[in-house]
Amino acid sequence: MEAASVPGGGRSVLGRSPLARLPDRVLRYGLTALAAAILALIAYFFVRLVGQAGPAFEKFGVLGFTFGSEWNVNAEHFGALPLLVGTLITAGLALLIGVPVAVAAAIYATELCPARLRAPLTLLVELLAAVPSVVYGLWGIFVLAPKLQPAEQWLASKLSFVPFIGGGLVTIPNYFITGLVLAIMILPIVSAISREVMATVPADHKEAALGLGATRWEMIRTAVLPFSRSGIVGGAMLGLGRALGETIAVTILIGNAPKLSSHLFEQGYSLAAVIANEFGEAQGLHRNALFAAGLVLFVLTLLVNGVARGLVLRAARGRLVHGTGDGGDAGARLAETVAGA
Amino acid sequence: MSAHGSSAQPLARFAVSPARRRRDLFARTAILSATVLALIPLVLIVYYLLRKGLGSWSTSFFTTDPTGNTFFKNSNIGGIKSAILGTLEIVALASAMAIPIGICVAIWLVEYGRNSRFAHTVRFAVDVLTGVPSIVFGLFIYIALVVGTGSTYAGYKGSCALALLMLPVVIRSAEVILLLVPSGLRESALALGAPRWRVIFSIVLPTALPGMLTGVLLAVARAGGETAPLLFTAGATLRTNFNLDQFTNSLPVQIYSDVTSPTTSVEHRAWGAALTLVSIILLLNVIARLASRRSRLG
Repeated sequence: MEAASVPGGGRSVLGRSPLARLPDRVLRYGLTALAAAILALIAYFFVRLVGQAGPAFEKFGVLGFTFGSEWNVNAEHFGALPLLVGTLITAGLALLIGVPVAVAAAIYATELCPARLRAPLTLLVELLAAVPSVVYGLWGIFVLAPKLQPAEQWLASKLSFVPFIGGGLVTIPNYFITGLVLAIMILPIVSAISREVMATVPADHKEAALGLGATRWEMIRTAVLPFSRSGIVGGAMLGLGRALGETIAVTILIGNAPKLSSHLFEQGYSLAAVIANEFGEAQGLHRNALFAAGLVLFVLTLLVNGVARGLVLRAARGRLVHGTGDGGDAGARLAETVAGA
Repeated sequence: MSAHGSSAQPLARFAVSPARRRRDLFARTAILSATVLALIPLVLIVYYLLRKGLGSWSTSFFTTDPTGNTFFKNSNIGGIKSAILGTLEIVALASAMAIPIGICVAIWLVEYGRNSRFAHTVRFAVDVLTGVPSIVFGLFIYIALVVGTGSTYAGYKGSCALALLMLPVVIRSAEVILLLVPSGLRESALALGAPRWRVIFSIVLPTALPGMLTGVLLAVARAGGETAPLLFTAGATLRTNFNLDQFTNSLPVQIYSDVTSPTTSVEHRAWGAALTLVSIILLLNVIARLASRRSRLG
């Protein structure tokens, strides 16, 4: 009680001297400035990238550059369509191959697997994410591609009547092998997000399905999958973002031929690969065109990732709001997985 | 499942029909085989890394710089000393930049920014950074530090590119951990009269640090394996270099240039270097997982 009486200076003991308050101010404004600096940095990079890409867009037009079908360094003519198509085909293939496998692995780990195997299985799939992209490229070009080439050639000649797949000579570096390696590379992220989303399915729903006499698979199909659909789609899109931006493995595996190839087992190029492969020797307009390719890639991945994050985080937030106990925890873990992705 | 035993007869109409049972079995088999399929690449990669990589490991492999003599099959192509040391230097400097800044931004987000509109903008910016393709980070740093400065590639520029790449991972993982620190701890300290900065430095950070270590180590591991951001920032060179103001070699770039080399004699070096790189990164991952197990915040 006595301490509450005001000692000299008329200042409350609960107040602090201006000097004592100083560190608080410094910390607060310092940290705020740092956060603002990150925003400024991103804005700066974006503006400078647009500036460097400018001359290429001026010469060919934004659409003319993005969808121009000829990339010819010697003629100084730059159209990014062959690169864009290569990026989209390989990333699309990666989704086609990778997502079903990743989702199946997630279902197995959450619903079917013996409890003792769950942690090691999860760990093994996640270890795939620890392998650097250049090592995937090394393994792909020296081991996987030569071993699979006869099989690809067989497929191409058997399916010669199917447009885009059949016919033609199979080269060792090609779209298909690139897509296959990309599928392996996006497996851990798609699987991790699917697993976390499936872990948020309320036990009530699953038990209700089983209680009504559903088999395991019917329970998965009626209770688990519908509940986790948006999260799985979001995870797949995050994987797509990864695949679109993947550089080194693609540069090693795609063959770096700037043309619109007529079938799946031919060499091609991608937006990321063209930068990695040509930037070192590029001069003048060529260099501007490579910056422009980087900008197209940047915008493309930005759009895909934006949609993906929206989907996954909405799934996570929904669980956090009406999830109780278990569901809430799982929602938090899901948000954490996305954050680390 | 409980349809067995004495009450089996009356419950027979609830039994699962053979068609449904077959479909269930088929689906479960398909799921199991897809899971096995998912594990095959890892087994294959590890197998080939060990088979082809161990053969090129030797003392001289780690203690000599790569030579440029790759044209003849029998010439001495050298080891990967400069690449290992270069990677350690570049990643150490990148960590020294990205980890403190990342943790500071995470502290701001949790302790000060919270749900303000500005904090949401910063979170959005960090998300944007997360999705940027790694080669574009290289372009960013090239634009900022190489174009128009009259200088060329240098190790520290590579560090800057890797730091940019690590930053979003560090920020988001640290933020998640900081949010787990019970607000009761903060409130008790504030009620005892501690100023905000002391609460942060004496209560929040010590509680969160072990948990943050996991995210930080995973970010370091990811940066260590990146090739694309280094190609046009740190460059490629043969010599061991302790001056990060010059071209600096790194393991990923060494592997990349060996893989894309027109001569086949360097393939062994690429496998040996890849095994080295994967071992370092796996080690970091293992430490990260052990750290997360010891964290009280889980």
